[in-house]
Amino acid sequence: MNELGGPGALAAILAMAAVTYPMRAGGFWLMAHVPLTLRLRRILEALPGAVVVATVLPILVREGLPAVLAIAAAGAAMMIRRNDFLAVIVGMTVAALARAWLY
Amino acid sequence: MTASNPAAAAKPDWSLAGLRFGALLALPVLPGMIAFGVAVGATAARKGFSLVDSILMNALVYGGASQMVAMEVWPDRITLASLAALALLTATVNARMLLIGASLRPWLGPLPSWQAYPMLHLSTDPGWLIAMRYRAEGGNDAAVFLGASLLVWAAWMAATTAGYLMGALVSDPRRIGLDLVMPIFFAAMLVPLWRGRRRAFAWGVAGAVALATEHLVSGWWFVVTGAIAGSVAEGFADE
Repeated sequence: MNELGGPGALAAILAMAAVTYPMRAGGFWLMAHVPLTLRLRRILEALPGAVVVATVLPILVREGLPAVLAIAAAGAAMMIRRNDFLAVIVGMTVAALARAWLY
Repeated sequence: MTASNPAAAAKPDWSLAGLRFGALLALPVLPGMIAFGVAVGATAARKGFSLVDSILMNALVYGGASQMVAMEVWPDRITLASLAALALLTATVNARMLLIGASLRPWLGPLPSWQAYPMLHLSTDPGWLIAMRYRAEGGNDAAVFLGASLLVWAAWMAATTAGYLMGALVSDPRRIGLDLVMPIFFAAMLVPLWRGRRRAFAWGVAGAVALATEHLVSGWWFVVTGAIAGSVAEGFADE
């Protein structure tokens, strides 16, 4: 475990907060001045899914079969029950079992 | 206030009943919120953050997905360059909030700035979904948005703190799959985001660019390049 903390970590947290609030307030502010174009709206709408895929896929490739099985199980649970709590529990259980058996 | 939209002139109400009603509407999203909060808190403990830093991050950044990604890439020593990288990564993951704010404009726009702008710090995906459903049904009480958002925020702070304390107790997080909580939760989030073929194209671009970037550049830049490439691809994919 790394020893984090001190002024560096605090500065980074404040920097993260400083870029996040403008994202929350920016769209609200902007709409009073210029309307969002359809294209920009579509780009922003596609962003959450693109963030997820771009984050998860390289992790899957790196972590191998247990991660693939865990994510497939979580996705299936989500499709069937639409419950993210259940999906996380199922995914973690499959990851733990797969690692115990495969390694 | 420069309200340029005359159609949205109706000033929203502000009532205590609305505050309570908003909190009531938010109850169904709490289990998912708590699950994710526990995972974020546990990740902070696993990565070696102090409890105070974890609480500050959860209260001030208040964007679980961006925090997860940032904590995964957190450097051992913060330099000016790594500070800028963390800020850029956070901004990319949170850029979707621009849309949330934009869609709140017609409703909350007539409020005085000192009421609207502090409230926007509490906006979240679930809180926004709840409030917009209420709005679509004809509601016009701004306190409903605040009530839903406050309850979600309180649940978030409680869940992340509990997750931190639990995570600090787990000696081998890999054995129980704790290191995979972020990708698992992210992948589950994809299910409701599915919109058919055009989305598949955007996701394919995002994945391909992310993998290529990971191959070429060390660090977590693949999140930024993949996310931007995928969403721009969808924006320009005319059918």
